[in-house]
Amino acid sequence: MNIVVCVKHVPDAQSERTFNEDNTTDREGVDGLLSELDEYPVEAALQLVDAAQGEVTVLTVGPDQAADAIKKSLQMGAHRGVHVNDAAIHGSDAVATSLILAEAIKKIGDVDLVLTGLASTDGTMSVVPAMLAERLGLPQVTVASELTVEGGKATIRRDGDVASETIEASLPAVVSVTDQINEPRYPSFKGIMAAKKKPVETWSLADLGVDAGSVGLDAAWTTVESFEKRPPRQKGQIVTDEGDGGTKLAQFLSAQKFI
Amino acid sequence: MRMRPGIVRCMAVERLVPSEEAGDLIALTREICRDVLAPRVDAAEAAGEFPRDVFGVLGRAGLLSLAYPEEFGGGGQPYEVYLQVVEEIASAWMSVAVGTSVHSLTCFPVASFGSKEQRQRLLPDMLGGEELGAYCLSEPQAGSDVSAIRTRATLTDDGGHYRLSGGKAWISHAGHADFYTTFVRTDDHPTRGLSCIVIPAGTEGMTFAPPERKMGLACDTVREVLFDGALVAADRLVGEPGMGMPIALAALDAGRLGIAAAATGLAQSALDLATSYSTDREQFGQSINRFQGLAFMLADMEAAVTSARATYLHAARLKDGGRSFSKQAAVAKLVCTDAAMKVTTDAVQVLGGYGYTQDFPAERFMREAKVTQIFEGTNQIQRLVISRQLLRG
Ligand SMILES: Cc1cc2nc3c(=O)[nH]c(=O)nc-3n(C[C@H](O)[C@H](O)[C@H](O)COP(=O)(O)OP(=O)(O)OC[C@H]3O[C@@H](n4cnc5c(N)ncnc54)[C@H](O)[C@@H]3O)c2cc1C
Repeated sequence: MNIVVCVKHVPDAQSERTFNEDNTTDREGVDGLLSELDEYPVEAALQLVDAAQGEVTVLTVGPDQAADAIKKSLQMGAHRGVHVNDAAIHGSDAVATSLILAEAIKKIGDVDLVLTGLASTDGTMSVVPAMLAERLGLPQVTVASELTVEGGKATIRRDGDVASETIEASLPAVVSVTDQINEPRYPSFKGIMAAKKKPVETWSLADLGVDAGSVGLDAAWTTVESFEKRPPRQKGQIVTDEGDGGTKLAQFLSAQKFI
Repeated sequence: MRMRPGIVRCMAVERLVPSEEAGDLIALTREICRDVLAPRVDAAEAAGEFPRDVFGVLGRAGLLSLAYPEEFGGGGQPYEVYLQVVEEIASAWMSVAVGTSVHSLTCFPVASFGSKEQRQRLLPDMLGGEELGAYCLSEPQAGSDVSAIRTRATLTDDGGHYRLSGGKAWISHAGHADFYTTFVRTDDHPTRGLSCIVIPAGTEGMTFAPPERKMGLACDTVREVLFDGALVAADRLVGEPGMGMPIALAALDAGRLGIAAAATGLAQSALDLATSYSTDREQFGQSINRFQGLAFMLADMEAAVTSARATYLHAARLKDGGRSFSKQAAVAKLVCTDAAMKVTTDAVQVLGGYGYTQDFPAERFMREAKVTQIFEGTNQIQRLVISRQLLRG
């Protein structure tokens, strides 16, 4: 079974985040890492090939630093990496990103399963898996908290607020997984050493036959006009208990629609 | 998602490492410290339970065998890198760093003095990541004075086994280990009569006393190991009979570097805590670190930590370069552990009354620092080693 896992390199949420002059996220001047939510599809892919053989290819779209997301996935055990890196990609929205990913997956070829995380931890849009499936003409089964692959079918469980659904799709398919699906492994030092020898290909937009004008900031369907820092947290409301503390608490919670 | 604790006592130490994989290894160590060690350390130290599963995580990640040859399942890393990993672990959880260093020590005799056949037979499991070793040198009457060891090992008539009687004291993670690297008396000569033997867990006639009730390092379960006619296969005696003393001394040279690195990580944590607390804490209308009297104390702590790190790294680089490093290792153990004692004590001072409570880890750091001046050769013994080598000329 050949699996492609789409992974994203994101700014480390624990470090200072900065933005470029064109209001895009600064991805080059900050510490980054493999999006934590993307460790789950990597783990899911590794478990599937551990059980049934095959190859796991990790695919990322991003600037030079994004190679670290591939490296981390290879250290965990993925077999090879593909990095789409092109200056024209800067500022791409989800629509453009899904186009680049789709073309890269076509070029990788012979893919049984495409796995993604639930969302990137920086953009948190969650739309790329659906767009990707549409572009590839593949069934999409998203938000999987369980995944089994058997007899040419992928079966997932999707947990909703009131019910869990079991959904089947014929392969090849695009599956996005949640952070409930597994416990991602840590790389081992042996994995770190092995990763150094694993193949990583770097492709440009031209390699994919994607027109540079169809991606990037200028082609984006949305623009960020302005942004500002989240205001500092306001002082909490203190309720003095004069025998009616419970009632006041309940009033507060119901006003906030918690109860 | 994985637990990401709000208050992370992680280090922002800038490290120069010799290779890209060493940098990735430090990053991996930090990740494990942040996700696995940091969320558990406070409760675990309060409960005093040995965290065997944490060593499983470290072992599977390859962090328990870094300084040993790849040929036998180790990481093939220089001491310079291995020790910085120990320092990182210590900054999150001192007991675990001590356990890591002790485990590394337990593999040293077979790796350095075992026959080729013994290395091939024993090392892959010892270094495989699933097993943990204990180091049995001290006895109630033989602490600093190793030549006073009384635990006897007598060859059986058929020559196939050694029969052990006696007991070891102060043995870290005894009862949880999978093998026991043990120094025994095979002859009456005080120094030339000692030998080293690797005893598998579960050996009949080997029992454990209840854990010692210690001042700190609660998760480093320490207890006596008692031998009452325990039979151990003769082919598990490392090298030749009588080599115990040189093996023990060589192992301690390397082992005390592990303690030096761990003490440095502990001191770094205390400094980080003191620094962040002193920014938040206001008296007389401003942060307490705006007072020079306090800021200079922090400066001295920083100087102590930085020079401790430089000292153990220098010794490590001598070792990695194949130079003699015994004196420098003793200097490092002395300097780093004294630094840890001073810095942790000062951290309690910076936190004032809060530092004296168990609501902050400063007082625990201070209790943990104390033992580093005692085990793997007391700091008086380090001075003995240093002065002897210095005066030998
Ligand atoms: C938490 C903990 C974990 C330990 N883990 C292990 C372990 O895993 N394996 C193991 O084998 N041992 C272990 N030990 C034992 C430790 O190594 C010994 O406690 C240490 O070597 C000191 O021996 P002692 O306690 O008998 O002190 P002693 O040797 O009796 O020393 C008492 C005092 O006399 C001083 N002194 C002794 N000789 C001299 C001298 N020649 N010149 C000047 N001063 C001297 C010492 O410095 C010390 O201040 C551990 C101890 C502790 C507390």
